Amino acid sequence: MERLRRYGFVAGFLAVPLTLYTVFVISPYVQAFQLSLTSWNGYSSIVRYVGLDNFGRLLADEVFWRALRNHGILLLVLPLATIVIALLFAFLLNLGGGPRGAGMRGVWGSKFYRVVFFFPQVLAVAVVGVLFQAVYRPDEDGVVNGVLARFGLEPVGWLIEPDLALWSIIAVMVWQAVGFYVVLFSAGMAAIPKDYFEAAALDGAGRLRLFFSITLPLLRDTVQVGWIYLGIAAFDGFALIQVLAGDKGEPDGATTILPITIYNTAFSYQKVGYASAMGVALFFLTVTFAVLTLRTTRRERVEL
Amino acid sequence: MTHPGEITRRQLIRRIGMTALVAGPGAGLLGACATAGTGGGEPAPATSLPASANPKNPFGVDAKKPLEVAIFSGAYGDAYAKDLHEKLYKQTFPEAAITHTATQEIGTQLRPRLVAGDPPDVINNSGPKSMDLAALAAEGHLADLAPLFDAPSIDDPAKKVRDTVTPAVLTNANVTGKDLVLNYTVSHRALWYNAKLFADKGWTVPTTWEEFTALGETAKGEGILLFAYPGQKGPYYQLWNVLYTAAKIGGNQVILDIDNLVDNAWNAEPMKRAVTVWVDVQTKYGDKAYFGLDHTQTQIKQLQNKVLFYPVGSWIENEMAKDKPKDFEYAIAPIPEVTGSDQMPYGAIQVGVGENFVVAAKGKNPQGGLEYLRIMLSKEGARSFTELTKNVTVVNGAAEGVDLPAGLMSAARAQDKAGQNIITEARFEGWYKELFDYGTEQINVVMAGRITPEEFCANMQKKADAVKRDESVTKQTRSQ
Repeated sequence: MERLRRYGFVAGFLAVPLTLYTVFVISPYVQAFQLSLTSWNGYSSIVRYVGLDNFGRLLADEVFWRALRNHGILLLVLPLATIVIALLFAFLLNLGGGPRGAGMRGVWGSKFYRVVFFFPQVLAVAVVGVLFQAVYRPDEDGVVNGVLARFGLEPVGWLIEPDLALWSIIAVMVWQAVGFYVVLFSAGMAAIPKDYFEAAALDGAGRLRLFFSITLPLLRDTVQVGWIYLGIAAFDGFALIQVLAGDKGEPDGATTILPITIYNTAFSYQKVGYASAMGVALFFLTVTFAVLTLRTTRRERVEL
Repeated sequence: MTHPGEITRRQLIRRIGMTALVAGPGAGLLGACATAGTGGGEPAPATSLPASANPKNPFGVDAKKPLEVAIFSGAYGDAYAKDLHEKLYKQTFPEAAITHTATQEIGTQLRPRLVAGDPPDVINNSGPKSMDLAALAAEGHLADLAPLFDAPSIDDPAKKVRDTVTPAVLTNANVTGKDLVLNYTVSHRALWYNAKLFADKGWTVPTTWEEFTALGETAKGEGILLFAYPGQKGPYYQLWNVLYTAAKIGGNQVILDIDNLVDNAWNAEPMKRAVTVWVDVQTKYGDKAYFGLDHTQTQIKQLQNKVLFYPVGSWIENEMAKDKPKDFEYAIAPIPEVTGSDQMPYGAIQVGVGENFVVAAKGKNPQGGLEYLRIMLSKEGARSFTELTKNVTVVNGAAEGVDLPAGLMSAARAQDKAGQNIITEARFEGWYKELFDYGTEQINVVMAGRITPEEFCANMQKKADAVKRDESVTKQTRSQ
């Protein structure tokens, strides 16, 4: 009786959020799984089951594999570049100035930089996209190409050359993400007791040594979280690529990604069943990535 | 003055013959094709409405029933519906409440409502997110417009609506064997240029490909590009251009074959030739930077006289009206003679009907929907549309007395000269969107020189074959 009352109390609080979660998160997933087994076109009331046909088609779909290749590149480059740059900045902002008095300090003007780095995070992705359209514009009216033209260089088709487009977009993604991770890592660094650094500094450790022997190991958990966030972001990129590169995967499919392919397949080509199969594939890819990352980076926690 | 709607009337006789052909033996065939893709083979549910004998109210509209109108707010805006057509409806039925919905995302907003059985009565199905009409038709969501075309015209009850519009409206109304769509506007597509610039420079509009490229050399000397299209937002302008050039070289059959998914239609010689000559123009007289510009940016460049010819339709004049400088006058130029023995003589242009309107069969007031369309097709409804949007409608003679801008006048004259030589529109754009989207991607690739014209044709053929094999795609055919 006592127990029931206690659990009833807890359940009372959980009921609403759990119901909301089930209706708005779990049930669409279940529906997507169900739809992926059909040939539904989004209009008909009669839904025809086709078994695993959609998944078979997926394996033979050139566009699907192209999208996977692009996600592969994103998955390797986006987290790595963002985390390396963010760590460097965070270190410079918090500890880069060396010891002073009783603690460590950042480089000169670090408070200002911290705010500036965070700016891109505040902008909506669509705004960032439009902004970089102007930056990457392929004629001499583009921001970058305007500068190049001053030096007598030919304008570069940042978003229209197949070899450049994805990298140009990754650069924007990194630019936008770095600020957030600088703040995240800064918080992590602030949690490291200052006396560790002082002791090491007294023993004659340089900044590099401070970073690799103390900061990085003690920041491990934060970096891991960042890695997973960025990995999941690498499976998305919908809005930015939609605005910057268009939705046809131009040029030559160099910027094709799954979310846009899913969107087009479902809403332009009316193949909701097939699009759901892609969605299910994306779901498993993301989950697999998260699980793998957590598994491979699991290690003994360092007690502070 | 001459008016586009009237000019096409000359083709009426020819068209009547062809319509009879389709409506006769072809109709059964079309009906069979329509549902073959959905697997069942069952006919589309009947969506006809009973007609009434009253010529003032031929559909028997309940005067008190509310009406909902959903408009795609694109290049034409939505004021023409809100301020003109809905007001006219309100004049006829003062007690009816009208709900006006304007959106740029027609499909995203309306598809769930159609599926749920709560659609707006009149839908302007346009824009990049427009709905698949064949799929809607297969589900019986679209009201049969045959009663509308057979109803007495508002201006002259002795005439049927079908006799007051450009015949292309009737052929294009057909979706999966039934008249389900009303195309409301007429547009002219070919190459657009600045007539004043040509006059200043003393240039004449090229009629052959030699003259065209020679002008390219001259213009190059003055720092002007012969030709450009917007590679980022409007690569389909160039896909159209290539298709129309192919039709000019080999006749409309080239496009009909492509629409009908005929084997090797994309590999036809005229198609290859058309792609080749345009890639050549792009290489010699184009600028690859335009692959990364959208239509507005490209059109601004043309207004600055940095581009001579731009492949687009007659809506461009209204689209750019705000930015157009005084020394710029839009004019249309037919595609120059390519081979010297093109199937269509010089002067052939594409005259198309566009801007789809449908009535929801399962809506609350389909009768009101039909009446609304009948009002749109009245002289007053059409003329006020033309006055407001500077675009000509399919209603014959409705633009008479309207002060049309120079570009539209030029288009009307070009249509007059073209006479019977009208390039047909490619309908796979609406029928097989996947193929069309693939085409807009591939046209950039071939124009940028990353694949050869032969590879372009082969790739398109491969995709067309895949669409043909794909059972989940509803197939359609056309014979003219």
